[in-house]
Amino acid sequence: MQAFNLDLCELPPQAAALREDVRAFLADSLAEFPPAGRARSWVGFDGEFSRKLGAQGWLGMTWPEPYGRARSALERYVVIEELLAAGAPVAAHWIGERQSGPLILRFGTEDQQQRLLPAIAAGESYFCIGMSEPDSGSDLASIRTRGVCGDGGWVINGQKVWTTYAHKSHYMIALVRTGEAGDDRHAGFSQFIVDLSTPGVTVRPIRNMIGDEEFNEVIFEDVFIPDDMLVGEEGNGWQQVIAELAFERSGPDRFLSSFQLIVEMVRRACVIEGETQSGGKKTVISTRASIAIGRLTAHLITLRQMSLAVAAQLDAGVQPVVEATVVKDLGVAFEQSIPEIAHDLFGVSPRLDSGDDFEKALAYVQQANVSFSLRGGTTEILRGVIARGLGLR
Amino acid sequence: MNETRTLLTETCNRLFSDLVTADTLRAAEAGEWPADLWAALEENGLTRPLVLEDQGGVGLNWQDTFAILYAAGYHAAPVPLAETIVASWLLAQAGIVVPEGVISLVPDERALKLTDGDSTRRVSGEVDNVPWGATAKHLLAVAVGGNINNKHFFLMDRDSVSVEPNVNIGRDPRETIRVFAATPVAVSKVPDAILYDPIRVFAALARSVQMAGAIAAVLDLCVQYAGDRVQFGRPLAKFQAIQHQLAILATEAAAAQTAAQFACRAVDVRNVQSLAVHEIAPAKIRTGEAAGKAAAIGHQVHGAIGFTDEHRLHYLTRRLWAWRSEFGAETYWAELLGSIVTVRGADELWQLITSMPDDDLGRPHENH
Repeated sequence: MQAFNLDLCELPPQAAALREDVRAFLADSLAEFPPAGRARSWVGFDGEFSRKLGAQGWLGMTWPEPYGRARSALERYVVIEELLAAGAPVAAHWIGERQSGPLILRFGTEDQQQRLLPAIAAGESYFCIGMSEPDSGSDLASIRTRGVCGDGGWVINGQKVWTTYAHKSHYMIALVRTGEAGDDRHAGFSQFIVDLSTPGVTVRPIRNMIGDEEFNEVIFEDVFIPDDMLVGEEGNGWQQVIAELAFERSGPDRFLSSFQLIVEMVRRACVIEGETQSGGKKTVISTRASIAIGRLTAHLITLRQMSLAVAAQLDAGVQPVVEATVVKDLGVAFEQSIPEIAHDLFGVSPRLDSGDDFEKALAYVQQANVSFSLRGGTTEILRGVIARGLGLR
Repeated sequence: MNETRTLLTETCNRLFSDLVTADTLRAAEAGEWPADLWAALEENGLTRPLVLEDQGGVGLNWQDTFAILYAAGYHAAPVPLAETIVASWLLAQAGIVVPEGVISLVPDERALKLTDGDSTRRVSGEVDNVPWGATAKHLLAVAVGGNINNKHFFLMDRDSVSVEPNVNIGRDPRETIRVFAATPVAVSKVPDAILYDPIRVFAALARSVQMAGAIAAVLDLCVQYAGDRVQFGRPLAKFQAIQHQLAILATEAAAAQTAAQFACRAVDVRNVQSLAVHEIAPAKIRTGEAAGKAAAIGHQVHGAIGFTDEHRLHYLTRRLWAWRSEFGAETYWAELLGSIVTVRGADELWQLITSMPDDDLGRPHENH
């Protein structure tokens, strides 16, 4: 009957005060941050900002003490959605805080936790994810980077690609083949924490179509990884990666990437025409613009409730893999519709360097948004996961 | 889901499975009143769930009632259940004794005019698309007299109006009614703080829940059919093109469910006079959009058999197309929601989206 378990989430009572704290912090620390910068959303990289967040205790806040503050996942959700809605530059700490830290907490040794988690929580240590390879995109199980066990550690050879911010990160968590697949092609993988300053590691940025350098190719030539940098169990890499992906599929980052463009659309849609009787500004808006903005708002409100419903389940220790995938698929489709609607409404030529705030936001989002349905699992892969959830495959 | 709602869902599904058969649907669409179905609903207290027990109801809230309306939509129940649930609730809120039997809703507050200055407060006017206007024993209308702040709930006896038969594409009755200086059974002033049309708002919520249920039923029919139907030597479900279409349908079903549920919760926790328009408008928009997509995918996956009279699918899809246009289509609610957003301004958009349902939003902004 009901397709999925998406019981509504109620935010804990302390969330409201936390939200006000985050808003006050952002109003202050991002006062000079322009809309064009905000439009970059979670791709914006600013180490100084990450450090400030760490000082507030808002990184790794769900981790147990002494690494974190043992707050609920729903409180973290509030912090994250406020950051994203403000377009805060969160990229420096983003992967470490969202994915690598939780992975180390779940599968890592106590020594790894002690060594690595405090710096992530302080916003000082940055991580990247080594999954895709030149011949392995969606078909992750076909990766060929290989680790061979030797004296006191492992020797890694191979190549990773599309590794976001590898050129600015301290560590990569790399998925590596360490054993034979046999009958199960998901067997024989392991995850390693690679210190990117290790000899034999070469990181080369790949300029993207917008002209930015965000993703990279990373080459390993006889890179030595000490034994104590293996994450979890040797051979358990695939299961760990699947668990890791659940952290990243349903968060507010999956429907707020284009939010600044909606804000600028609303601003542009309101044409000021004279004054009201009480001396205020009299704004006029076209019916078309009202309808478009109303529809976007309806989608946003609904997606947020769906995403919160998944967050509540994660908080309760449930792994709602299919529900999380539904949120990402719908969220990405929503994000990608926004520049189309903006174009339809205003028909202006977007300009990255010389336009007004709306034009700059549109120029960025229009180009960046093609990547939204690729990162973190393509739409095609996600729909396969949902179809499996429906029992079709 | 809590225990009350699980139990309600079970009760409703059993009742509708038994009493909304292919024969029931066919007979109802040919104009026969499904008396057994309605009697069973009344017997189980499902027609007045929101009315307090001491007023002859069950005293449930909107989140519980979601289970009833969702099941009614899922089974395409051809009865004015949503209308009677909303009407009985509004009457009870307005302090009017809730009458027995079917109560329908007059869908547009601008249609009937109040003849003011007359101590009997008569109403006149003509209005289309009154659900089960001929079957209902009573009709609830909002009528406006003089200025906007002179809005009243009017409970009318069905026999005090003239009815011209009509049906929508769901083949459910949608009559035109004509009222000539009718004297109502009861009148109650709508509180001044309520600026929107309360019938339209809550009927839109009920339709949203029904649509969420009907979309889930389309999804279930599709999954079943794709598993059974073999072409090119394998079930349709094994074709990636079909899998992806059904995945899209599933995401729409999930969105519709969430949007409708969220709006029900908002009515339960918000200040009644805000009418929870900030949540009901998104629900009607989102479920309406999902309805169109679900119907299209549902028919594409079913192929020719789904286009036949014999198949159950069209009982759902025809109603989805009808329901999404009733009590304000997506564009109506989107324009209203869009103007609320733009009046507040770009910098308050995020605050509006995150406002807690228990915030008292006070008077809604006037549409302009």
